[in-house]
Amino acid sequence: MSGPLSLWPEQASGYGGEIDLFVIAFTVLIAALSAPVFVVIVLFAAKYRRGRPADREHPQDRNVWLEVSWSIIPFFALIGFFVWSTDLFARLYHPPKDALEIDVVARQWMWKFQHPEGQSEINELHVPTGEPVKLVMASQDVIHSLYIPALRLKQDVVPGRYTVLWFNADKPGTYRLACAEFCGTDHSVMGGSFVVQTPAEYARWLQQSTVDRSLAAQGGALFRGRGCSGCHGPASTVKAPPLEGLFGKPVALEGGATIIADEQYIRDSILLPQKQVAAGYPAIMPTFENVLSEEDVLKIVAYIKSLGPGDLTQ
Amino acid sequence: MAETRSVAEPYRDARQQRDAAMLGMYVFLGSEIMLFGGLFAVAAVMRLLHPAEVVEASKALHVWIGAVNTAVLLTSSLFVALAVDCAKGGRRRGTGAWLFSAASLGAVFLAIKVYEYSLEHAEGLLPGLGAPLKVSTPVQRAFMDLYLVATGLHALHLLIGILLLLVIAIRAASGRLLLPERAIVPVTAGLYWHLVDVIWVFLYPILYLAR
Amino acid sequence: MTALQERPEQADRHDRGLSETDTERQSYLRAGHSLGSWFFTRDHKRIAILYLFAITAFFMIGGAAAALMRLDLLTSAGDLLTNEGYNRAFTIHGVIMVWFFLIPSIPNTFGNFLVPLMIGARDLAFPRLNLLSWYIFVLAGGFTLFVLIAGGVDTGWTFYTPLSSMFSHGNVVLAAVAVFIAGFSSILTGLNFIVTVHKLRCPGMTWDRLPLFVWAIYATSLILVLATPVLSITLVLIAAERLFGLGIFDPKLGGDPLLYQHLFWFYSHPAVYIMVLPALGVVSELVAAAARKPVFGYKFVAGSSIAIAVIGFFVWGHHMFVAGQSMYASAVFSFLSLAVAVPSGIKVYNWAATLYKGHISLDPPFLYGMTFIGLFVVGGLTGLMLAMLAVDVHVHDTYFVVAHFHYIMVGGTVSAFFGALHYWWPKIVGRTYPLVWGRLAAIFIFLGFNLTFFPQFLLGYLGMPRRYHVYAPEFQMLHVLSSAGASLLGLAYLMPLVYLTWSMRYGAPAGDNPWDATGLEWTTPSPPPKHNFDEIPVVDRPPYDYEIEMEGEDG
Repeated sequence: MSGPLSLWPEQASGYGGEIDLFVIAFTVLIAALSAPVFVVIVLFAAKYRRGRPADREHPQDRNVWLEVSWSIIPFFALIGFFVWSTDLFARLYHPPKDALEIDVVARQWMWKFQHPEGQSEINELHVPTGEPVKLVMASQDVIHSLYIPALRLKQDVVPGRYTVLWFNADKPGTYRLACAEFCGTDHSVMGGSFVVQTPAEYARWLQQSTVDRSLAAQGGALFRGRGCSGCHGPASTVKAPPLEGLFGKPVALEGGATIIADEQYIRDSILLPQKQVAAGYPAIMPTFENVLSEEDVLKIVAYIKSLGPGDLTQ
Repeated sequence: MAETRSVAEPYRDARQQRDAAMLGMYVFLGSEIMLFGGLFAVAAVMRLLHPAEVVEASKALHVWIGAVNTAVLLTSSLFVALAVDCAKGGRRRGTGAWLFSAASLGAVFLAIKVYEYSLEHAEGLLPGLGAPLKVSTPVQRAFMDLYLVATGLHALHLLIGILLLLVIAIRAASGRLLLPERAIVPVTAGLYWHLVDVIWVFLYPILYLAR
Repeated sequence: MTALQERPEQADRHDRGLSETDTERQSYLRAGHSLGSWFFTRDHKRIAILYLFAITAFFMIGGAAAALMRLDLLTSAGDLLTNEGYNRAFTIHGVIMVWFFLIPSIPNTFGNFLVPLMIGARDLAFPRLNLLSWYIFVLAGGFTLFVLIAGGVDTGWTFYTPLSSMFSHGNVVLAAVAVFIAGFSSILTGLNFIVTVHKLRCPGMTWDRLPLFVWAIYATSLILVLATPVLSITLVLIAAERLFGLGIFDPKLGGDPLLYQHLFWFYSHPAVYIMVLPALGVVSELVAAAARKPVFGYKFVAGSSIAIAVIGFFVWGHHMFVAGQSMYASAVFSFLSLAVAVPSGIKVYNWAATLYKGHISLDPPFLYGMTFIGLFVVGGLTGLMLAMLAVDVHVHDTYFVVAHFHYIMVGGTVSAFFGALHYWWPKIVGRTYPLVWGRLAAIFIFLGFNLTFFPQFLLGYLGMPRRYHVYAPEFQMLHVLSSAGASLLGLAYLMPLVYLTWSMRYGAPAGDNPWDATGLEWTTPSPPPKHNFDEIPVVDRPPYDYEIEMEGEDG
């Protein structure tokens, strides 16, 4: 952290550098578009000041081509930048398949991060350099927004759905992390630090943080403890869809639609079971809305994702 | 709108004053459409997000009561149109009588609506009124919330319309409203009534026939 | 300046202030002295004065809340206010400034005063409705103040769900009711203007001869009438959610919190244009009068007002790029937001072109006009930056956004409001004010404004989120700069209050047309009589018909 005055934010990823480049280029464009206006106004105000002699002869009071050109030319320049920025933005929607997944639960007024090996931390997020990291985020109460200025990234965390943020940090250091969406009384202190470490340091940090089980294993315990296995288990007499190898596969729904079984689908199936009913199964699953916390749901999702074919036999 | 016998202050002649009143009412109705438009947008989003459950929820509504009410309102609009016709022809009694009939049909609509609410309340479908809810899913709950807000807001508009028509009916029948010179008064009130009617014509399929 | 010779009662000027001129004796200001003659008036000019008083009061209250916030932000630990107290302060600031100052500011005061005068009418189409909207407005405003100060609301002016509906412990329902009531005032005012412009134009005042200010008010009215009801229904849904546990925005009850944001911004983005379009209209008038030249490309400038109003309805999603809406929706909204830049750009370039070879005056109104152009350009172009998706991901909900919309709302709209006040003040009260003081205030406002808000662009890019009163120490220097600028700005805003009030009694009589401008409002006496025109005028020439300028003569 620097002194009381800084003028340019720190940068912890290549993506952040690209954003900075874009912003600088765009600033040049808008300076080019606006400078003539400022110069001309000052110039005219001086030259054609009332009472000052000057040549004021001019043929007409409008010129359609001039007007059209100064509307259209800047617009084309803007479209170029639009394409550039939309391309940068679109990348945020395509996290790499092999990204390290960290679950995030936001609530008034703290952040909880859960690493796949089961380590969890509050208001602090440790990540390794050189590896894409994908955050799957849920909110327990109101809308929050995870903001990491050094990455030039933020994403709202909305109750009732998962949102995703991914990045590839490449510069070790400690940066700020904040909540950017107003979330009530202690909004301005709902922040913390974002710690980027070399892979070796990160591995050491993981080992120091004591945990008994991985996230998926904790989810598995919940899966049995909350009675999910009673219907979804192999020995069940109830007709419930099998969950082995489900994640990432298309699911045929009652009514003919098909959906990819992603995190959101699994979450909805647990909390809003009537929303999308798998074809051929009765809509008898009860909701776990008031039974499971967002953290629990994320753990069960992690468990279901970990299930390969035939894993449920245990 | 000003109901003075002569042309009121900012106007040059009666025609200009009448045109202004008509345009004012049209602009107001545009505003009303946007008000209900917000609710229609909510309904559309709900339908897109949860198609199957909205269909399910809609089936719980009393479609036939809604149908009867639609017929009642459409008939009342016909009466208002007849009243406007009488007003333009200067027939005071006819204007008053048709307006009164239309307002009565409006009251019938409200009575039926209250009966329908009481049925739904007994069935545990209406939120926020103390009775235990029997809705099966959160979406059905949200749908019933929307139903209550939309029909409640519509009923409020209808109530205002009924009062408006009654006042004009009395003034027309007693001769205090000069006809046909001030026919603009029943004409603009009639426009409002037709709009409230049309809004119901949209609400009915969106809520009751979403099955 | 022919106007100088036309000033009535030159002989009395040493005795000015105490003696009432003949014009004043017959003016609307002296048509009845009782309180009742003001509070039950149907004269659009008096209603405009009533609005002027009301919004000045609200501007000061909103400004006081801002002063409190800037004071608190001097230290990074936020020592002055509690967390809750700060949240309430910015909620008061936002709610009051948006709904009770900015939205009614120019339309309800200058629109009310000028639209009938400019189109040659004796009043608005529905004078009683006009008075009713003032009462609704004051009722809603008083109620809001009571709610905000007595109970407190801590949701911000945006009332985002589910914070507002399920978690806030402030008086959200009452605040929603107050804003809902204020909406009626907006709708009725907009309706009145639309009908007036359509039906009450004097003979010869065709659409292509309407002053650009009237065009802008007309476009604004369309938005008022069509967007406000959507806010109303949204507020009804929030209140129902809090009171009866309805769940249309609550994910636990099958609702969708993003739906609230869509509905809210469907109103609130056009609301930005409600605030800025009238300002653009004012500046078009100011620029033409400053240069004493016809506005360059009248049709483009008039049409661009309508274009901004229409496109403004389709860009609301640019407030939600990081809220979780689909990528494709974001791309479309980003593109449409760029499209709004085209009509806005047309206006700015055409104003600059209007100045070309004009006779440019640097009297106070025109200085405010130029202040507006400068600040509006900065605000508009940083708005383009925000419309760029990848940049918005970084600066959304930071001080960058705060700086951007203050450049538009305060640097733009408030500057134009002061420009209008200085330009039409001689018409409204019949007296002139000291021009030197007017120029000084304009310059201080420009400097104070930039010192306040430019550092906030830097803060935002550095990553300072908005609505924070406890912040990282490295931001402190910029915050101190900003607070220093705010003190200068606050004092500069108070200056006109002093010398304009002074001028009402001690200013020299203004004469009918002190700026030597065109437009029907300048053909009436200053201040105008109650009925505006003895005879309804007939227009037979184009707008901004400054003939002498075309001949190349020097002034």
